[in-house]
Amino acid sequence: MRFDSPAEQNVSDRMKVLGQPLRRIDGPLKTTGMAPYAYERHGVAKDQLVGYPVGSAIAKGRIVSMDIDEAQASPGVVGIVTTLEMERLPKVDWNVAYLFGGREIQHYHQAIAVVVANSFEEARAAAALIRVEYEEDQDATYDLAAVRQERLSDDVEPIDNIGDFESAYASAEVTLDATYTTPGQCHAQMEPHATIAQWDGDHLTLWTSNQMIEWSRQALATTFDLPAENFRLDSPYIGGGFGVKLFLRADAVMAALAARKVGRAVKLALPRPMSANNTTHRGLTIQRIRIGASQEGKITAIGHDNATNTLPGGDGENGARATRRFYAGENRLLINRALEIHLPESNAMRAPGETAGLMALEIAMDEMAEKLGMDPVEFRIINDTQVDPSHPERQFSERHFIECLQRGAEVFNWASRNKAPGSRREGAWLIGHGVAGAYRDAPAETSGARVSVRPDGSIRVETDMTDIGTGSYTIIAQTAAEMMGVSLEVVNVDLGDSRHPVSAGSGGQWGAASSTAGVYAACLALRKKIAERLAVDPEALEFSEGYVRYNDQQTALSELASAGSITAEDSIEFGDFRSEEYQLATFGAHFVEVAVHATTGEIRVRRMLAVCDAGRILNPMTARSQVIGAMTMGVGAALMESLAVDTRHGFFVNHDLAGYEVPVHADIPEQQVIFLEGEDPYSTPLKAKGVGELGICGVSAAVANAVYNATGARVRDYPITLDKFLDRLPEIA
Amino acid sequence: MRAFSYERAGSPQEAAAAAAAQEGAQFIAGGTNLLDLMKLEIETPSHLIDVNGLGLDTIEATAEGGLRIGALVRNTDLAADQRVRRDYGVLSRALVAGASGQLRNKATTGGNLLQRTRCPYFYDTNMACNKRAPGTGCAAQGGYSRQLAIIGGSEVCIATHPSDMAIAMRVLDAVVETVNAEGDTRAIPLADFHLLPGNTPHIETVLAPDEFITAVVLPRPLGGQHFYHKVRDRASYAFALVSVAAVIQPDGSGRIALGGVAPKPWRNEAAEAAMPNGARAVISRLLEGATPTEDNKFKVTLAERTLTAVLAEARG
Ligand SMILES: Cc1cc2nc3c(=O)[nH]c(=O)nc-3n(C[C@H](O)[C@H](O)[C@H](O)COP(=O)(O)OP(=O)(O)OC[C@H]3O[C@@H](n4cnc5c(N)ncnc54)[C@H](O)[C@@H]3O)c2cc1C
Ligand code: SF4
Repeated sequence: MRFDSPAEQNVSDRMKVLGQPLRRIDGPLKTTGMAPYAYERHGVAKDQLVGYPVGSAIAKGRIVSMDIDEAQASPGVVGIVTTLEMERLPKVDWNVAYLFGGREIQHYHQAIAVVVANSFEEARAAAALIRVEYEEDQDATYDLAAVRQERLSDDVEPIDNIGDFESAYASAEVTLDATYTTPGQCHAQMEPHATIAQWDGDHLTLWTSNQMIEWSRQALATTFDLPAENFRLDSPYIGGGFGVKLFLRADAVMAALAARKVGRAVKLALPRPMSANNTTHRGLTIQRIRIGASQEGKITAIGHDNATNTLPGGDGENGARATRRFYAGENRLLINRALEIHLPESNAMRAPGETAGLMALEIAMDEMAEKLGMDPVEFRIINDTQVDPSHPERQFSERHFIECLQRGAEVFNWASRNKAPGSRREGAWLIGHGVAGAYRDAPAETSGARVSVRPDGSIRVETDMTDIGTGSYTIIAQTAAEMMGVSLEVVNVDLGDSRHPVSAGSGGQWGAASSTAGVYAACLALRKKIAERLAVDPEALEFSEGYVRYNDQQTALSELASAGSITAEDSIEFGDFRSEEYQLATFGAHFVEVAVHATTGEIRVRRMLAVCDAGRILNPMTARSQVIGAMTMGVGAALMESLAVDTRHGFFVNHDLAGYEVPVHADIPEQQVIFLEGEDPYSTPLKAKGVGELGICGVSAAVANAVYNATGARVRDYPITLDKFLDRLPEIA
Repeated sequence: MRAFSYERAGSPQEAAAAAAAQEGAQFIAGGTNLLDLMKLEIETPSHLIDVNGLGLDTIEATAEGGLRIGALVRNTDLAADQRVRRDYGVLSRALVAGASGQLRNKATTGGNLLQRTRCPYFYDTNMACNKRAPGTGCAAQGGYSRQLAIIGGSEVCIATHPSDMAIAMRVLDAVVETVNAEGDTRAIPLADFHLLPGNTPHIETVLAPDEFITAVVLPRPLGGQHFYHKVRDRASYAFALVSVAAVIQPDGSGRIALGGVAPKPWRNEAAEAAMPNGARAVISRLLEGATPTEDNKFKVTLAERTLTAVLAEARG
């Protein structure tokens, strides 16, 4: 089915099941430990052996030699695969770094060997016995600030160069020129990358943990030079991804290579200390932002120059991305400098580009508002735009950013905020308030599903869509229940299997909108099939309470399917109107209150509010979970998360969860989420968009602005740890 | 993790004798530090002597009016003990500021004192580290050293001792009691228990390889107000950037020790004489001669400020 024009009134508008705050249907499995995650699928393949990886000890150079004799002789070892046994394996473009094979080392902890043994302990012990001799490149660069400095005069093709930024900025009445930095961030998802691999001839099955089943199937075809049909992936439960499981990764490749070598099933997980440097991270950024405005607060010029690290072929973290479309301003100069730095692969992490970009831009907006002597809420309202500033011929399909700000200001009681930085005190604590805007595109991707009515009257949905903890199972079940007129309990959803129709997968916050639209399309196809059987016009059919009703008659779905399941399959494809005529996006406003200890600088977030404009909300409970999780991640980015770079050795030093701190419960206070009522008919037949990435956008800047408001000390270098402003706190006796 | 042999000791002296009998033997108590380090092959004992069956898990009053804490008393139980909460609040507060509930349920008094540094380079076996592999160098210096020591370190090693419990015990003048393979016992003031790295950062305490900790003794209660203020990058479950253990008397005199700044609990009785002159005066004496790195020089200011906050709280 093609989605070529805005959605009209349709079956999904009934909103009997959709739109309801229903608990996750996979919740009981997860809370009782019954949901099988990749590494725990002991039953799927017989006689599983265990693989343990070895990572490179250098960041750039080549392997001179590897001595595996001792490892080979170690108890329980069945086989070893080393990178020297093969040429560098081909990769697809989604991956920036190569995953395995050859002598060349591109980054620290690059996978260079896998030891297979009877037990995990034996494999790990043997892996430690492999001796590697390296030759290190002396010309490698690991210092983003230094490389940026050297290359600032490079001619870079701007992302947007509209009007005449330099003159408009030079003649603006009020200006800001400030540089912000964001560190590398680690996805730090709970479940590590893990795969069980088993070959049958030249057919491979992978039980794995992956957000994008079809992308990875295609990547496997490239890497192993076999037809895509030879690969099956199965990934029904995923313990978090945030982008780090979008692509085929070394766990799957090593498990597959190992299984081929030993002729048995092999399971392998990336050990936590390897995951930060072996996989991907959100790239570091250095962002220079210049804003010019009139005395009245109208932005006339906006410049955003982002520098970020990448290995050859990647984009890094493009901080200028959200600036393209967020605020009005006729003169715009936006640049992304993806600089080659030999740190591990920087790649997508939750709201890639927007997250780091808004961490900077939304502090800049706060600084501008202060210079103008304006309420930062008001300043943002004045600079709202209903057309895409980067393509003024395009309208935003729906944009209610102003309502987000106004509603938030009212609910948060913004009027009673601390107005003069550093002036409100409660005992030992300084109290501050901050606001920030949120922007994230609302893409949609082709998505398919297969839906059946089964003889017992239940509905089964099959799609390779994944649930990375987001609630896909539940909203897909809700969609099918709504469309087929049954209760949620009789819908059975099977996800993450490459034998099912190809879906949009989980990424870019397109998953919920796209996959439910795909299920909608398949349900329409099924309804049509049923209509044909009954020889009636599909429009005349009404599905409700497990019955099909037409012309005063009714038939139970179970009766219709008594002779065998009735199955239909379809896929939704999104027409160009969606992106050519309109810009689809989601918006939000974050309000935060913090307390900062006036003497020690300890920061405690006290209250958080998010107001989101994201089209129709398919399930307010799962959507809220997405947003509060993202707000939590935003607090982490604001206050503590930072991959520490060793610029001599070229790696992230704090590569475990003791060193890379993410928020704990004690860091997270009251969180309130409000979704504006609304629907976006330009988005999908269900009029829905995503919220999972919107939720993190802008959060960190709201925290940063609140810390500034509390203390009067502006920190432009994330994370905002106390050492960065201690000397600007009130004097001690 | 390397393969190892394992035995359960029957008595403290037997445990010590077992350690003397085999090179590379180590005691295992809660295992919360040792097992992690074994998995990463930072510790590679050839033989483990499990001491969990030895009893030593009670807290008893001493004739001198203090408490004898068995080496195997768990951190959770120690923190919750009525007498500790009433008379040694600084210890109870330090304990609950450490690790997590689950870890404290396993962690023991003896093991806590002997936990090893959290220097990130110590944890990465690809990196040079004089503590882990003597003579290889120190990757932390010139690298990422935000968490590391500002005082007491050497050119060879600037790791900190990460224990919270030990900082409080130092303020309380605790004494460590041990037994060896011959059955000889000794009592070591905590002040003398941990060693500065000098040229031998891998030797962290005065314990002989076969010496087993049986108890930690707290002298009579000090009275006064007890504080443990631990500053870190998140609200819980993180090691200290700086911590201050303090016992403050009504007349303004008192004792303080710092955590997070040195290879051992950092206290200097002479600096305490400056208490009436305020935090800055105390810290400037206590941290005299500090040699912080660019990454961690903020700890000097932070120590001053944290003590200021504690003194302000003491004044009420
Ligand atoms: C994630 C995490 C977070 C943590 N956070 C903190 C924190 O914030 N603050 C803090 O203070 N600590 C923290 N810890 C450390 C924790 O307190 C220690 O791991 C624990 O106290 C060690 O005690 P244990 O009994 O488990 O020691 P074990 O691991 O069993 O032993 C540690 C060492 O002591 C030796 N040993 C044990 N008992 C004796 C004895 N009786 N005589 C002689 N030698 C002995 C062992 O041989 C070994 O070398 C954390 C640990 C983890 C894993
Ligand atoms: S500071 Fe000490 S523990 Fe850290 S790397 Fe240097 S020698 Fe090793």
